[in-house]
Amino acid sequence: MATAVAEHHAEHHYTSTGLPHTKIAIWAFIGSECFFFASLISTYLIYKGRSVVGPFPHTPWTDPSTGHVYHPILNIPVTSTSTFVLLMSSLAMVLAHAAVERSDHKWSRIWLLTTAALGATFLGFQAFEFTSFVHEGLKITTNLFGSTFFITTGFHGAHVTAGVLWLITMYFIDKKRGLGPRDAVNVDVMALYWHFVDVVWVAIFTFLYLLQ
Amino acid sequence: MTADHSHAPASDAHEPHAPPHQEVHFPTWKTYRWVALILFVLTVAEVWIYYTPMKGTRLFAPALITLSVIKFTIVVMFYMHLKYDAKIFRGLFLGPLSIAIIVIISLLFLFGHLSLHAT
Repeated sequence: MATAVAEHHAEHHYTSTGLPHTKIAIWAFIGSECFFFASLISTYLIYKGRSVVGPFPHTPWTDPSTGHVYHPILNIPVTSTSTFVLLMSSLAMVLAHAAVERSDHKWSRIWLLTTAALGATFLGFQAFEFTSFVHEGLKITTNLFGSTFFITTGFHGAHVTAGVLWLITMYFIDKKRGLGPRDAVNVDVMALYWHFVDVVWVAIFTFLYLLQ
Repeated sequence: MTADHSHAPASDAHEPHAPPHQEVHFPTWKTYRWVALILFVLTVAEVWIYYTPMKGTRLFAPALITLSVIKFTIVVMFYMHLKYDAKIFRGLFLGPLSIAIIVIISLLFLFGHLSLHAT
C-alpha cells in the first residue's frame, strides 16, 4: 500500500492545499458547467408555454390550416427508461473506480466498458427520441419549445458523447498497460465528470419532461 | 447506511502546508448498491406521480422538484463522494451551484411575474 501511495504521488502534481491539480480543475470546471446548464434550463423555463404553434410537449394541438391533430410530443416511458440507464451507468462508474483502486484489471475493464455501453445506450435513446420528434413535426425551428428543448438536451447529449469517448480511451489505456492506484486520480476525475452529466440529466428530466 | 465507511481526514486536506497526502475512503459496494436502489425508487416515484391524479394539483411541481433535489443530492454526496472529500471541493461546487440557482429563480421572476404585470 505504501508503495502504491508513493507511486500515486509520484505521478500527480499537488497544489499547496495538498490536493491534486486535476481534481481541483475538474471541480472548478464542474462549477462553471453549473452556470452553463442553468442558463439553458432557465431559457427553457422562461419560454415554456409561449410557443405560438405546436406540437406541444404535454398537450395536443390542431393545426388550423390543415386540421392535423398533433399529439403531446414527449414520451415519458421511453425517457424514464433512458434516465434509469444513465443512473445505472453512474453505479458502473463507481465500481470501475473501485476496481482501478485495487488494481483489479479484469473488473476495471468490465465496468469501464459497461459504463461506456450504458452511456451509448442513453445516446441511442436520445437519437430515437430526436428522430421521432422530427417525424412528428417538431424541429429546432418549429417553435420556442423545439428550439430550447433540442438545444438543452442536445448539449447534454454532447457532454455524454464526450464522456463515452473518455471512458473508451480509459478502457484502452487499461487494456494496454493496466490501470492501478497511480491512475486512481485520473479515473476519479473522469468519474466526477460522468456523475455530473448524470445529475444534470436528473434536473433536465424533471424540468423539461415532467413539469408542466 | 453510512456506518460501513470511514471519513477521509478532510479537515487536514486543505491546510495551507498540509503534505500532499490524504487518503479518501470512498463508500463501499454496499453503500453504492443502496444508493442505486434509492435512485431507482425515486425515479419510479417521479414517473408514478406523473401518471396519477396528483398531476392536476398544486402539489405536482413541488413533489417532483423535491424528488429531483433528493436524487441530485444523493448522487453528489455519494457517487461524487463530496461528503467524504476535501471541503474545498464543496466550495468549488456549491458556490457556483448556489449562484446558478439564484440566477434561474431571478430570471423566472423577471420574465414570468414581472412581465405579466408589466402592462
